[in-house]
Amino acid sequence: MTRNLTTRLIFIVLILALALWVDFSSTLTITNPFNGKTISQRNVAPRLGLDLQGGLQVVLEADLPAGQTIDRSQMEVARTIIENRTNALGVSENVVQLAGDTRIVGEFPGLEDSESVIAILRKTGLLEFVDMGTAPVAVGTVIQTDFGLTEIPENPEQTIYHTVMTGADLQSVQVITGQMSGYEIQFSLKGDGTDIFAEHTSAHVNQYLAIVLDKEVISTPVINSPITDGEGVIQGQFTYESANALAIQLRYGSLPVPLKIVETRVVGPTLGEDSLQKSLIAGVIGMIIVMLFMGLYYRLPGIVADVVILFYAAIAFAIFKYIPVTLTLPGIAGFLLSTGAALDANILIFERMKEELRSGRTIGQAVEQGWARAWSSIRDSNIAAIITSLILFWFGSTFGATIVKGFSLTLALGVAISLFTAIFVTRTLLTVVLNAFKPKNLTRWFGI
Amino acid sequence: MNILGKRYLFFIISLLIILPGMVLFIIYGAPLSIDFTSGSLMEVSFSSGNLPAPGDVISLLNESGIKDAEVRTTADNTLQIRAAFLEDVQDQETISAQLQTAMEERFSDTVTILRFENVGPTIGQQVTRRAALAVGVAALAVILYITVVFRRIPHAFRYGVCAIIAMIHDVAIVFSIVAIGARLFGWQMDALFLTALLTVIGFSTQDKIVVFDRIRENSTVLRRLDFETLANHSIVQTLQRSINTQLMTVEFMLLALALFGGVTLREFAVILLVGLLSGTYSSIFIAAPILVIWEKKEWKNWFRRNGEATA
Repeated sequence: MTRNLTTRLIFIVLILALALWVDFSSTLTITNPFNGKTISQRNVAPRLGLDLQGGLQVVLEADLPAGQTIDRSQMEVARTIIENRTNALGVSENVVQLAGDTRIVGEFPGLEDSESVIAILRKTGLLEFVDMGTAPVAVGTVIQTDFGLTEIPENPEQTIYHTVMTGADLQSVQVITGQMSGYEIQFSLKGDGTDIFAEHTSAHVNQYLAIVLDKEVISTPVINSPITDGEGVIQGQFTYESANALAIQLRYGSLPVPLKIVETRVVGPTLGEDSLQKSLIAGVIGMIIVMLFMGLYYRLPGIVADVVILFYAAIAFAIFKYIPVTLTLPGIAGFLLSTGAALDANILIFERMKEELRSGRTIGQAVEQGWARAWSSIRDSNIAAIITSLILFWFGSTFGATIVKGFSLTLALGVAISLFTAIFVTRTLLTVVLNAFKPKNLTRWFGI
Repeated sequence: MNILGKRYLFFIISLLIILPGMVLFIIYGAPLSIDFTSGSLMEVSFSSGNLPAPGDVISLLNESGIKDAEVRTTADNTLQIRAAFLEDVQDQETISAQLQTAMEERFSDTVTILRFENVGPTIGQQVTRRAALAVGVAALAVILYITVVFRRIPHAFRYGVCAIIAMIHDVAIVFSIVAIGARLFGWQMDALFLTALLTVIGFSTQDKIVVFDRIRENSTVLRRLDFETLANHSIVQTLQRSINTQLMTVEFMLLALALFGGVTLREFAVILLVGLLSGTYSSIFIAAPILVIWEKKEWKNWFRRNGEATA
């Protein structure tokens, strides 16, 4: 038992250390100690919802004639395009998600100027093949091209690239398995495009031809040989996913479905900031009162439970940051409620322990029995709560009701984590404390 | 402590809370927000803290071509304007900016737009329908789950059904509170309300299961007791836990949120507070009594003489 206990303690300390590491850093970097290279890196900055930092939420709906349906892959394509377009705005942390069968929800935190986003959402995408000569720019760069350019730009320093042709000249695009390895993108051109392309590729072998969507460079392949028959292949370091994504963009420079805006919500930054501060204060006050109560009422076990609840908060916050779960106002409320649920498990156990102590069992037996007997009700009640949260989550995600989603996710995760801390951590710590301490006075240490 | 003996009294107490709300619903209709009805909502604050009279704002809106707008002041000294859904998004953008300037000129004050929401008609209807569906699915899942985990004791199915009846009771209490809050503080049933309601539903069953679990355990140990005594005994045994979990932890947490958590959360926290309290109340005073009534088939006595039923 003692050795078992040591293993448990080490495990708990490890998890706590891991949680604290995530809690107190904004990016996680794992470096290989032998050569100093970065193995993996992940951004774990806390993500705040629109209601907390202000911003814009837009719900778009496929504008289809009555009776016509749309399949999910087309909606996914539309989503990808919208995501790319809005990312080009330079607003960080945009989230664009599918909601239900016909809706797309875009969230743009911290954005006050909703007009620019809405303008971009209504526009159709423009795909261009741009001559880059021998010096390509990095993928993701926003460039100027001469397509549709009617006046001289304000900034004469900026290079203006020549557009060879636009996406309108593409006939078909598909992903194929490459001759050597990996994936390639095969495309064919319409009549006019074939001629233009043949002429350009013959004159510019070994130069770069960038693929540009809405003025943003998405790929910079090299012209290996002249393409005269209008059938070409784009090679590169593609995985299936990246090849497919590029093919989608080539195929549907413009949206595959007409979309209309059915809902917009703008939350001013003042309201969000105010709510965040107040709810945090409220949370701290609530926590302190509850912890005081636990300590005063349940004494020694209560104090252990208080320590564990802090531990619980550390783990939960780390998991929220890692996934990441967007923290919204109801999300914070859900988290606080799940703290209550975490304590509920402990209260059930402690009440049981007290009963056992009153009926004359030793402390060791009472702890054992308390856990064994309270377990079935803890398990069943928490599983029921998780079932409901999952149904809520489903409901929230089909509607773009992000507040419902955030709430149910924090609640479900909270309940699940609390099962672990209440059952495993509290029990281990309590056993350790009782072993070291061997309290004699039941009234003082257990409140009996 | 004989709790179950007074079971009909507790039903009357619940009805006294539920009925006023239902009457308000019938008279004034449901206080639905634009989340359900569709429309647009703008909330603004004035930096001087002096709000113009709603009538003045309405006449200003009429001049700008917005008819049928509702204007009201909130408890947090802000002004809420509700109007029909703005079909054209471009329109909507200019309107919010124009209104801001117009109000600033008219009332010579700095106006900050706190939020501006515009919900189309298709969303509203679907949200309501799907919410009802979500609740229905959740209820079925819970009945099924309880029936499965209680399969070892007689009439496991009854426990699930009683949990759901008590849950409906909790939902009715929440609706009643909102109807009353709508009259007193201008509360509205919005997406946050829906979240609170769904949470109450989630936690409602949790409480019932804790009480039922004790009945389950006792019914294997104390087989000779009649069901009412056994159920009553189980309730008394779990009473301390119910009080501590609900009143001391969860309710304190929510009370802190309601008092200090800022405006956006106040209505949400209060509804949760009442709803979760009702969840605990109903597991002791509604769900368990119904189990007993079902066991004794008491409805056979209901229509005889009044005195017998409560005896």
